[in-house]
Amino acid sequence: MSVDTIARTAAPVVSYPASLAPVPTHYCPGCTHGIAHRLVAEVIDELGERERTIGVASVGCSVFAYNYFALDFAQAPHGRAPALATGLKRVSPGKLVFTYQGDGDLASIGAAEILHAAARGENITVIFINNAIYGMTGGQMAPTTLPGQRTTSSPLGRDVHTQGYPLRMSELLAQVDGTAYVARRSLHDVVNIRRAKKAIRKAFEVQQQGLGFAMVELLSSCPTNWGLEAQEALDFIRDEMVPAYPLGDFKVPEGEAPAARPGAPAAHGAPARDAGGRGKARGGAGRGGA
Amino acid sequence: MALELLKGNVAFAEAAIRAGCEAYFGYPITPQTEALEHMARRLPELGRAFVQAESEVAAINMVYGAATAGVRVMTSSSSPGVSLMMEGLSYIAGSRVPVVLVDIMRGGPGLGNIAPAQSDYNQIVKGGLHGDARMIVLAPATVQELIDLTVEAFDLAERYRCITVVLADGSLGQMMEPAELPAMRELRPPGERPAWALTGASGREPHAITSIYLDPEEEEAYNQRLQASYRHIERTEVRFEEHRMEDARIAVVAFGTAGRLSVTAIEAARSEGIRAGLVRPVTLYPFPEARLRRLADEVDAILVVEMNAGQMLHDVRAAAAGHAPVAFFGRTGGVVPMPEEVLDAIRDVHVQLSTEEAVA
Repeated sequence: MSVDTIARTAAPVVSYPASLAPVPTHYCPGCTHGIAHRLVAEVIDELGERERTIGVASVGCSVFAYNYFALDFAQAPHGRAPALATGLKRVSPGKLVFTYQGDGDLASIGAAEILHAAARGENITVIFINNAIYGMTGGQMAPTTLPGQRTTSSPLGRDVHTQGYPLRMSELLAQVDGTAYVARRSLHDVVNIRRAKKAIRKAFEVQQQGLGFAMVELLSSCPTNWGLEAQEALDFIRDEMVPAYPLGDFKVPEGEAPAARPGAPAAHGAPARDAGGRGKARGGAGRGGA
Repeated sequence: MALELLKGNVAFAEAAIRAGCEAYFGYPITPQTEALEHMARRLPELGRAFVQAESEVAAINMVYGAATAGVRVMTSSSSPGVSLMMEGLSYIAGSRVPVVLVDIMRGGPGLGNIAPAQSDYNQIVKGGLHGDARMIVLAPATVQELIDLTVEAFDLAERYRCITVVLADGSLGQMMEPAELPAMRELRPPGERPAWALTGASGREPHAITSIYLDPEEEEAYNQRLQASYRHIERTEVRFEEHRMEDARIAVVAFGTAGRLSVTAIEAARSEGIRAGLVRPVTLYPFPEARLRRLADEVDAILVVEMNAGQMLHDVRAAAAGHAPVAFFGRTGGVVPMPEEVLDAIRDVHVQLSTEEAVA
């Protein structure tokens, strides 16, 4: 049987999610945004919610998320996606509303909006991309940048004495009574990607069930601004980010058992292997984080 | 409906509800807080959305979110709070969703005070918004007008897919006077939201509501569409009121509370034989420029009265284009001018004109 015949007769093993538009990507090679987009799209398809879902894009590399998702979408000012989603959801209670935000957007300029959306128990789903750097503007320090990590605005490595400590948003938001589901997953290998998808599905199901605020934090790569090759960047997530940002469920709906219990984060210290150590710095012109 | 004794802040909040406002998001700030409190009680009992936001920054973005869903939505605030909303307002203007904002102005700059002022004319009319964006601005002078213009603000915002601001000062928000509320309008059913709204892409192509156009040519083309809409608004929505202008030689030009208290001064001037009259712009954007241009040829002098250091003054001067002298009287920082002070200012203009005539 020729390849052509197989192509014409075999059922497709992998299909393209209906919630994802068939367009070329603008994300850098090795960036995990594409994986995160696809997981979200697959989950929305599987839940049969494509025609009832409204996304809110943030400011950062994913500002054009609406070009990729075949869904109704609004584009929020930097950090304000949870407020925008609040307004949307309150007048559209029958729809699924989710935000897709990077770390600069969610944990820095939008810290107040995410905290209070969580406190109100807004019945929305938040997809939080943590790549420890501002991607769109060209690699500046993010609130999640690791101690000692070099960026264009912490050229000697993040000095916690003058530049403060990274924020662990999942741990923080799990403390808030209004949250129903808070989990951190990683996109650095297949096993973790599959776990991430389950968590994303859970975060949408929590919204379907009206249980309150749900967030999945996804540890993600930024090879361009870390100055690493694609595989090196995935290794950096595994070796440096995961110890600092433990994976697991920080909050699950009442009466449910967590899929994985996170361990304690590693003590703060300089990353053993330094991302951004090659003096990279592609000039960026945008505004915002991941 | 019958006349009731109504406080301004409560009156516009209830008027908004009756105009079909489905959602309100706000943050407490004097002197407009009674509006938020009224919404907090009334909207939930009607099954509509109310959220006290964590900040004005969040409030305006909640408003933005609800607006993208195609419902009638509003917020209200006062000067420093409105400053915090400027980012969101620019996004709203840039993505053309209809929103109503009521700004009950107070004394500034900075934290200033909570007394009535008109010192945010420039911010609202000229735009604290980044980018080439405009907002329709309506300036009521009485509680009744505050009610009527709030209702109209929703219609205008929807008609032009723009922001409509009702710009009033703290005295209007706080005063009580007899006024009539409109009848309760039926809410638009969720199935009849506008075609551009985000409702989930069911049986149609997905919609994106955004204000980003990376290609400058595309952004310029978008701006030109915005500008075309503004030109249409300028042609069709100009509103002003006149008082005793039939034979006036001195025209007072004043908006809102300043216009209202000028009427007392004009009557007093008339009793002294000074032929004064009032032109009160009701729309500050679009500004009644054509009327003021004609006015400059009709009268001997114009006196602008404002509760600020002279902001609308520059628009009046531009419209008068040197065809009539334009004098100014204002109090600022939250001081409301007394009619006697305005009368003195009218007398001064009158004396100056008489002197010039005598010299001529």
